[in-house]
Amino acid sequence: MSANGIITPSTLSPKDLPWQILWEKDKCSLCGRCTAVCPVHAIELGVHRQRLVQTPMGLDREPSNVYKIFYGIRQKTDPAYACVGCGMCTMVCPNECIMVHRNDEVDKLKYHIDRGGQPRRRGGRRNVVGGILDQIKFTRISMLTDPALDAGRHEFELRTLLGRILPPEENLRLQREQGWIPPVREIYPLMIGSMSFGALSPNMWEGLQMGVAYLNEELGMPVRMCTGEGGCPPRLLRSRFLKYTILQIASGYFGWDEIIHAIPEMKEDPCAVEIKYGQGAKPGDGGLLMWYKVNNLIAAIRGVPAGVSLPSPPTHQTKYSIEESVAKMIQSMYMAWGFRVPVYPKISGTSTALAVLNNLTRNPYAGALCIDGEDGGTGAAYNVSMNHMGYPIASNIRDCYLNLVKVGMQNEIPLIAAGGVGKQGNLAANAAALIMLGASAVQIGKYIMQAAAGCVGSESDRCNVCNVGLCPKGITSQDPRLYRRLDPEKVAERVVDVFLSFDTELRKILAPLGRSTSLPIGMSDAIGINDKAAAERLNISFVV
Amino acid sequence: MCRLFAVTSDEPQSAMMAIQALDVMREGHDGSGVGLFFSDLGGPFEDLDGAPILSGIFSNEGLKKLDRFMMDVGFMTKYKTSIKIPKRPPPGVPKRDIYLVRAYELPEDWEGLSDAEIKHRLLMIRLQLRRMGEEAEDMIVYSFWPDVIMIKEIGDPMTVAEYLQLDRKELQARVMLAQGRQNTNYAINLYACHPFFIQGIATMTNGENTAFVPIREFLTSRGFPGYMGYQSDSEVFTHILHFLHYRLGLGIEMYKHVITPLQDQDLENHPNAAFLKELKHTCRRMIIDGPNCVMGCLPDKTLFIVQDRKKLRPGVVGGKPGLYVISSEMCGLDAAIPDRDKSQDFQPMHLDTAIIRPDRREVETCRQTELLPLQH
Repeated sequence: MSANGIITPSTLSPKDLPWQILWEKDKCSLCGRCTAVCPVHAIELGVHRQRLVQTPMGLDREPSNVYKIFYGIRQKTDPAYACVGCGMCTMVCPNECIMVHRNDEVDKLKYHIDRGGQPRRRGGRRNVVGGILDQIKFTRISMLTDPALDAGRHEFELRTLLGRILPPEENLRLQREQGWIPPVREIYPLMIGSMSFGALSPNMWEGLQMGVAYLNEELGMPVRMCTGEGGCPPRLLRSRFLKYTILQIASGYFGWDEIIHAIPEMKEDPCAVEIKYGQGAKPGDGGLLMWYKVNNLIAAIRGVPAGVSLPSPPTHQTKYSIEESVAKMIQSMYMAWGFRVPVYPKISGTSTALAVLNNLTRNPYAGALCIDGEDGGTGAAYNVSMNHMGYPIASNIRDCYLNLVKVGMQNEIPLIAAGGVGKQGNLAANAAALIMLGASAVQIGKYIMQAAAGCVGSESDRCNVCNVGLCPKGITSQDPRLYRRLDPEKVAERVVDVFLSFDTELRKILAPLGRSTSLPIGMSDAIGINDKAAAERLNISFVV
Repeated sequence: MCRLFAVTSDEPQSAMMAIQALDVMREGHDGSGVGLFFSDLGGPFEDLDGAPILSGIFSNEGLKKLDRFMMDVGFMTKYKTSIKIPKRPPPGVPKRDIYLVRAYELPEDWEGLSDAEIKHRLLMIRLQLRRMGEEAEDMIVYSFWPDVIMIKEIGDPMTVAEYLQLDRKELQARVMLAQGRQNTNYAINLYACHPFFIQGIATMTNGENTAFVPIREFLTSRGFPGYMGYQSDSEVFTHILHFLHYRLGLGIEMYKHVITPLQDQDLENHPNAAFLKELKHTCRRMIIDGPNCVMGCLPDKTLFIVQDRKKLRPGVVGGKPGLYVISSEMCGLDAAIPDRDKSQDFQPMHLDTAIIRPDRREVETCRQTELLPLQH
């Protein structure tokens, strides 16, 4: 601290911050790249005073001091500029002389990050590592009595159905009578979840769309991507690629003016319409695109003025009850595309999920139910919502599936699981576990950002500044200086890599279980867990 | 593995025909049990005029219980065959009191009931008897249906057959299903023994159905009382067929389209693509994952065999007009009909269903890629 420094309650030392920057003077070439790249300006050019004691040989001269200065970097301790640990400084340093380190104790910044009375807001997901999904093992290995399949040689039908599936008697009756049968899409069970054009940078969005188009058209994998609540670029709405897209409508209805006006010019129907009622990262809270990210392009697509924050209300303001909120809205959306497009709601994981589900079972139009668990990610939310609210996806999905079994409607309303799938990098294992617990499909968001675009965010509270448009990788930024770092072509390549390797891993799980003819939804006899309480809760076997 | 043998014949055949065929295929089963289904009966059971026949195993107490119950409902014994067994069962066969095959006169107050109602009531009585016997294990009931007899027992097929004197005249039938059991997955429980039967439909399976649990959940949640049991993963094949026949009104040609639907490209190229796509979606929960070979008999005495898509279980069909056999192995077929035209033998592959209609004139094969018969 400098001589004239003042100690206030919020005066912190680098040790009080979550991340410390370690810098090696001897290796530093003073190029300045680290200070230039830092998204939060946590480091600045430091002019350091240095005292050298010179002790000459002999007794004729007295020891003396030499005062010098040297240049380097200095970590700011003002909470507004605290290092977020993204590590971009390390990435750009030509001499590897700078590195961030996680504090070895709980940081003090936590207590001071609400200056101005504004609680912390951030992007990312719940800052808790681990989860039950990684503990689930696949225990039913086919051998001899029922030979295992060859993941590389046998045919596998890794497809799921999205849309309301009628019971066989009802379907055949309607076919005979030429009645209306709800539209059903046959899609890949791993979907890219809703991340809006706006939350994501244009380059990221374009990369994802190109990757999805390639998977569909070149590799025959019917992968689908949801737009999130931010509308859809007009050219995409009028292209054949729309059929790979799930349009999301949420409480702010952002972008829907553009979409509705494009309907007469659409060459293809969208894959489906997702109505967002809730999100795992911020249950009970609406979407939030902060003003930093609302540039002219975003504003035009969303039909709003530029430079204003865009909070979606926590609920659909025009609706009152579940009957109205769900049933009427679902029907209206069906009507928009002449009852040819499945419509389904998305809710956040909650102890009331069963009530929603039971309502949907009685609504013949409900095309699926997507549940986003507590580990879901977001571009912006209050830290408290993200860390402390929500419901774990595994037991939520399991309860819902078993409830459907009880009423005999399992798979008639497909359950889509989301929220923390692949949180620790084990995407295929997590997805397969959820499918065997009863999910018809899984959605990923954060995972695809990490794997396809190099998002550095983590559950150790690393980076997580998606909300302010400062994404150092250009994934969630609307600033061209940042998003030009991201090459859409490379993102597309990575999307394809991710899905292909996922496909192989999923086969590697299903083949030894002897399953290939259909996706093993609800095949709970194949999984076990080394936790008695969890086994009981999930109604699967306890294995030690 | 299990070994399966099914025969349909113009002339009633002795049960020993099936037992001998199982015996020549004995390398393929471990002799842990045998199950027999007889229909289109010959001998004294031929002229019972729709009287339901109860088949099962009873203890002396169980029989008393049965008699009291049947009397209360109003059933009168019309005909019975008594199997007098030696005092001591051969090694590997448990001691039982009574192997029951008894035909009943329908209760008087059932007169005038519709055919469907009678079928339903017969099923409910079988289920009730099964439940009544579960606690004390004094009654095991396999079937209660007109023109159907079933026998199942633990032990080597030939040993059991000699012990129960299955070469007797009363036990002759034009349609037989027989299974020699390989006990693999489950403790030996007679309710886990093939063939399985429900309302005129019987099937038996070789192999293991890895999609068992989700299919069981689907069937048990149909609200139909007969979809129960499932001591064996193969019982779902019988119930899927029952569901198809009774609930959906679909023919046997559709069975394979339900349990192993075509994949995308084949489906696109199929002349009935639109219908089959809907069927695949709506019947998705009945898709099996083999390896399985299923043989069975329909209420009209049609026999059939289908394989799952992975074709890892053996099965062959052959014979001559008036006498056809479906067998796990060629040697079983040779033992039963040595004088057939072997060039006409057919081994159904992953797309085929082989069907022998009740007139027994030919083996009809239908490939899944072919045009479907007209739906009514």
